[in-house]
Amino acid sequence: MARLIGLIEATGSLVAVLVAWFLATKFGAIGAFLLPPPGDVLARIADDTQSGALGASLLITLRTAGLGFAIAGILGTALGIAMARIRLVHWFFDPLVSLGFPMPKIAFLPVFLLWLGPTDSAQITIVAVSAVFPVVVAAYAGAQGVEKTMLWSAASLGGTRTGLLWQIVLPAILPQLFTGLQIALPVALVTTIVAEMLTGSDGIGGVMLGAMRFADSPGVFAGIVVIAALGLCVVRGMEVLRGWLLRGHAEGST
Amino acid sequence: MRLLDFIVRWSPLALLAFAWELAPRLGLVDPQSLPPLSVVLAALAKLAADGDLLTNGLQSLWRLVAGLGLAILVGVPLGAMMASSRIVNIIAAPIARALYPMPKSALIPVLLLWLGLGNASKIMLIFLGCLLPVLMSAYNGVRGVDRVMLWSARSFGRSRLDVIFGVAIPAAMPDLLSGIRSALALSFVLLVSSEFLMARDGLGYLISFLGDGGAYAPMFATVIVVASLGFIADRLFLGITRRMLAWRG
Repeated sequence: MARLIGLIEATGSLVAVLVAWFLATKFGAIGAFLLPPPGDVLARIADDTQSGALGASLLITLRTAGLGFAIAGILGTALGIAMARIRLVHWFFDPLVSLGFPMPKIAFLPVFLLWLGPTDSAQITIVAVSAVFPVVVAAYAGAQGVEKTMLWSAASLGGTRTGLLWQIVLPAILPQLFTGLQIALPVALVTTIVAEMLTGSDGIGGVMLGAMRFADSPGVFAGIVVIAALGLCVVRGMEVLRGWLLRGHAEGST
Repeated sequence: MRLLDFIVRWSPLALLAFAWELAPRLGLVDPQSLPPLSVVLAALAKLAADGDLLTNGLQSLWRLVAGLGLAILVGVPLGAMMASSRIVNIIAAPIARALYPMPKSALIPVLLLWLGLGNASKIMLIFLGCLLPVLMSAYNGVRGVDRVMLWSARSFGRSRLDVIFGVAIPAAMPDLLSGIRSALALSFVLLVSSEFLMARDGLGYLISFLGDGGAYAPMFATVIVVASLGFIADRLFLGITRRMLAWRG
């Protein structure tokens, strides 16, 4: 019984919203053009799943977001650690990072489109540029906090530079780095969707904008539902991955 | 000595500016794709003198302030009530939790469909996009407030609402302000993207209009203006944050 009440409390208002959506469209309180009935939207998603169109556009979106995020993660981690270790790197990149972090990177999308054309590379570049800053800052702060004595003792026991990096620095900064990655991930998703809309890509963002141009409102709403589900899955997945990777760390679960 | 530190710290930017000027002039990159910095700055001066920058800039600024302002006005009380009232929590929390991770740019097409090219669609987009980050930070902040503080305020005869607005929200200020700061960054992204896609004015519109017309020097100039505005807004907000939290010591 207590379980049932908990379930109702956790999902009741979501169900209520869906019912209200259904009733409002059923009895004509809102025109079907402004708000298509939930059944139509679900039917559209089912049709697109069956025809393979949804899978194809989802794959394009995931590829752009994934590649951009991976580049941001790898470059950002490397740069952050290098900034903490090498003074020259710190001197050169510190002002760029403090200037670039708060800037709306999306404003540079037309510049990348000018340089690279309306291509996948332009989209992946803007996603990577948008997502890299939180990673750099997190990796830098983490690497700054690694205790020097730990590095010295490992070095005196015969550890090589690369050995220290992989076995001491990276594991030590992992919790902070992950926090940075968790900030960067939603940024990467938001940017991917916008970049797709602007380049007319075949990813979900581009398909949605096409639906809007043809005033096809079930298509637009199907896009919103799919993107919301995608965001939820990716962000939750990241939390699960964090818990698993950091199961030995004290800060793992936060 | 402080001047020297300043010069050393920021000299990489001067180096980059120098490279930006020289690379197109020496033919290392196509001057069409990257006009020399001096040409871009001249275009910036011209845009400013023509008033294009001011009219479009004010339009964008209004959308930003209205959208973010509404999100704070609605999000802060709602988040605080969600943290302190069980009923509000049961009604609002599942919806907030389900929609929080959604990439907010997905709302652009539907708002353009509903509200058209003008101000309303952009303000609504920024409002909806920033509402959840602000609301969740108020919620988490108020939940973290020491219960004893709230109980004492109640036992001194303050009403429930009075406790929320007079005690809980000020105590939750650090969380709240950092939530609003990330909402500010998001609002710039949403503003510029929606103006890129469909608008008749605003700085994002100006960038895509200039780019479509092949006027690349003024396009770069406007990109710099938008990026700088984002930077300045963040620094201003950081300054306000320090001021507002100064009493905490």
